[in-house]
Amino acid sequence: MSAAGQGTAAASGRALLDEKVRAEIDDWVRRFPPERKRSAVLSALRIVQHHNGGHLTVPLMDAVADYLGIEPISVYEVATFYSMLETRPVGRHHISVCTNVSCMLRGGEEILRHIERRLGIKVGESTPDGRFYLKREEECLAACCGAPMMQIDHVYYENLTPEKVDEILDRLERGDE
Amino acid sequence: MSDEITIEIDGRPLKARKGQMLIEVADAHGIRIPRFCYHPKLSVAANCRMCLVEVEKAPKPLPACATPVADGMKVYTRSPKALAAQKATMEFLLINHPLDCPICDQGGECELQDLAMGYGRDVSRFAERKRVVPDPDLGPLVATDMTRCIHCTRCVRFGEEIAGIKELGATGRGEDMRIGTYVQHALTSELSGNVIDLCPVGALTSKPFRFRARPWELIQHEGIAPHDVVGSNIHLHTLRGRVLRVVPHDNEEINETWLSDRDRFSYEGLYAPDRLERPQLREGAVLQEVEWETALEQAAERLKAVVAAHGPEAVGALASPSATVEELYLLQKLVRALGSGNVDHRLRQGDFGADAAMPLAPGLGMPIPELERVEAALLVGSNIRMDQPLLGLRLRKAGMRGAEIMVLNPVDYDFHFPVARRLIADPPGMVRGLAAVAAALARHSDMAPPPAVAGLVAAAKAGPPEHEAVAESLRRAGSAVVIVGAQAHASPWFGALRLLAGYVAQAAEATLAELPFGANPAGAWLAGAVPHRGPGGRPAEPAGLDARAMLEQPRKAYILLGVEPERDAWNPAAAARALGEAELVIHIAPWLSEAGRRWAHVALPAAAFAETSGTFVNADGRWQAFAGAARPVGEARPAWKILRVLATLLDLAGFDYDDPEQVRAEVREAVAEAGEPAGAVAAVALPEGAGGGLWRVGDVPIYAVDALVRRSGPLQRTVHAVDAALRVAPATAARLGLAAGERVRVRQDGTMAEMEVVIEPRVAEGCALIHAAVPGSEALGPAVGPMEVVRG
Ligand code: SF4
Ligand code: FES
Ligand code: FES
Repeated sequence: MSAAGQGTAAASGRALLDEKVRAEIDDWVRRFPPERKRSAVLSALRIVQHHNGGHLTVPLMDAVADYLGIEPISVYEVATFYSMLETRPVGRHHISVCTNVSCMLRGGEEILRHIERRLGIKVGESTPDGRFYLKREEECLAACCGAPMMQIDHVYYENLTPEKVDEILDRLERGDE
Repeated sequence: MSDEITIEIDGRPLKARKGQMLIEVADAHGIRIPRFCYHPKLSVAANCRMCLVEVEKAPKPLPACATPVADGMKVYTRSPKALAAQKATMEFLLINHPLDCPICDQGGECELQDLAMGYGRDVSRFAERKRVVPDPDLGPLVATDMTRCIHCTRCVRFGEEIAGIKELGATGRGEDMRIGTYVQHALTSELSGNVIDLCPVGALTSKPFRFRARPWELIQHEGIAPHDVVGSNIHLHTLRGRVLRVVPHDNEEINETWLSDRDRFSYEGLYAPDRLERPQLREGAVLQEVEWETALEQAAERLKAVVAAHGPEAVGALASPSATVEELYLLQKLVRALGSGNVDHRLRQGDFGADAAMPLAPGLGMPIPELERVEAALLVGSNIRMDQPLLGLRLRKAGMRGAEIMVLNPVDYDFHFPVARRLIADPPGMVRGLAAVAAALARHSDMAPPPAVAGLVAAAKAGPPEHEAVAESLRRAGSAVVIVGAQAHASPWFGALRLLAGYVAQAAEATLAELPFGANPAGAWLAGAVPHRGPGGRPAEPAGLDARAMLEQPRKAYILLGVEPERDAWNPAAAARALGEAELVIHIAPWLSEAGRRWAHVALPAAAFAETSGTFVNADGRWQAFAGAARPVGEARPAWKILRVLATLLDLAGFDYDDPEQVRAEVREAVAEAGEPAGAVAAVALPEGAGGGLWRVGDVPIYAVDALVRRSGPLQRTVHAVDAALRVAPATAARLGLAAGERVRVRQDGTMAEMEVVIEPRVAEGCALIHAAVPGSEALGPAVGPMEVVRG
């Protein structure tokens, strides 16, 4: 028929969000007025990404759209806008090297080149073993006084030198084993 | 008024209202501020910065589209500071814009090109690489060149705010931002073409029009869209006598600045391969091309012979509800002058029981913009969004303002507004449901239901709570409307539905709106193209057979005006039988279909939409006259002239008109003298609910409603063009043991067709949605009626 049909696809998408994920999303939904459910989209995506090993897929984004009662495109917009949301599979550790002004003046670009060489990948890529993901162009992370700096997962590392970077990466590699 | 203030723009003191944006005040006074993202029908985004102006005491230039006026404000739109800001914005906009104007379809009507002439530098200082954006495929209607996009987001806001279905969005960020669907799919909105007009650059353009002509080569003609009762005002753009595109012509009272895709892209059907270019005459088994003179003489002679042999009642005439007032008037005059009363335009209607009680003409019952302000609405057998797209848009505005929109439908249509209450029922269930609503209202009203449906209302006395709630909502609302739509017309109990709806509206002090298919049903009633009433509603003498009866009780001769009964008739199987056996079928239309080729004896090529002048009467009773814009194809002639000559050859008096204005004047006169007709109607009874049966529900999809849209290639490539299938709800499928994808045979009223099973939860339990007017259902019977599924 003319305009029906979307309902069925979405209903099966909802099943992608398990009970635990739904409970976590609900917790955020409750913080907004009922007609502003869509405000929970950012948190919902973060939760879903976390439970999916660090990235989002189209079916997952569609499921979130259906769950919050908004159009899928509105979810894609949010997911592609924020740099902490990934829309394709990426490595486990997210490395963000700041190359904004202060860091650039203090050698941030060299730090980035060094990491690229050591991991054998370019910015925006992940290592084949799925361990590291070198995020695209990071803007100022508000740690200019410790420039050059980088962020790996949730930790800031400041006053970097290539040696210091190696140490950090070594540690992470060991810790992973 | 207290919120009136005075501001000054470029030294001119101007009155303004508090809360208005600067740009609105400037526009109202003809002061032109450059802009891209601002559009008076959309929310303010203020993202392009082209409208920067200088405001006294403000430290920086301010965007005129997002700056509310304040009393005493002094604004300069062309001061050095303002101009510098506008030029700088333009320079940034052009950084990433390609210099491909020579191959861009927007060239010549591009807002960016125009403003760049005024504000751009002649040489770019930008020597770096420009960004390139891949083009998404948005389907057969809208072409994309996204490298040209300037991110004004008008198209995105249109989907979200107006069309009510957000398909386009802005994904990514900064330099990576792009407009698209993210996941590839064709646009599905019935209003999608409007983004072409909204896009200020050549990023979104018309796909069918692509590379066909330059805007400055085209000649612009005014016209009226020919597919629904809105009567949208349009501009037809022609080149060397052919229509190359259709765009909206603003009219706040009717279509605002919008156009449905059906009205915008249907012209593509004009030059379809089965266009009838020369008159044809059947000699034995074959149709042969002949001269006009021969064809008309033969038509007259053979018609006279039928009348002589079988009497005038053996002649029947069926006309399209999108024929013009003039054509319809001449047709009924001709048929009645022959002594027959058999003329009708309601080919899709299933029941005519309430004919005598009908008002002069169907319509909205209120001015179109009023629909935005209703507080409650009940849709009875109406998919208003697809059947009357721009009325759907108005109703959506009411819905977004909080109006309670309730539906009584055989299918739970996917509306773009919130639905407050849903009554989804099979065809007899719809009558009972409406009777229950009527019964609930009768208890609060001192008006009694009309006698013909009093029995139904009495039987429904103890209304279920849901129906009570519908009645309550209609009664409480300050302004409410009951809309009787196309699916109600197709019901074999349309008379009952119509009378009940009329009573519900009366008892709830609501407006009754009746919205049948076609561009001119109101004009058809007024012109007398109904069997029981002549022009202006006066009782017809003799009264004749309605469209359904004319085909179920076969006539010896038929005159078909702009219709294709195999698709347009309520019961195509009966139509095929009647026309196949008739001694004479005179086919007057722009095209000749395969089926028409089988049964036509004389085929007379008529000028199509855009090629002829005429008048349509729209839903709010406006007579909209239009002139021909394009050259008729081949030897086609305007249908009103064909009818005039035919009548003269039949030796009928009173057909010497020189131009259609004279015809129109005659109808006008008849209408001016008309009183409100009144008549008694026989009592309606429903069949005893047998239970366990299956009802066919034969909706007509949006792009199948008439011969022109059915031939529009681009529209037929959209998702809305469907073939017949057996669409049933999961519970119905389970009860009948049907599986999705299975091919089954469908039996209806002695006819048979094979089709696929599709599971569609939106269809009412006990019903099968088998679309009418589409390939695969031509062989079947009534659009709405009992049916069976046969296995093996
Ligand atoms: S595609 Fe056109 S309307 Fe849409 S954002 Fe780009 S420039 Fe604006
Ligand atoms: S510039 Fe690197 S942290 Fe601010
Ligand atoms: S028109 Fe004002 S910012 Fe775009």
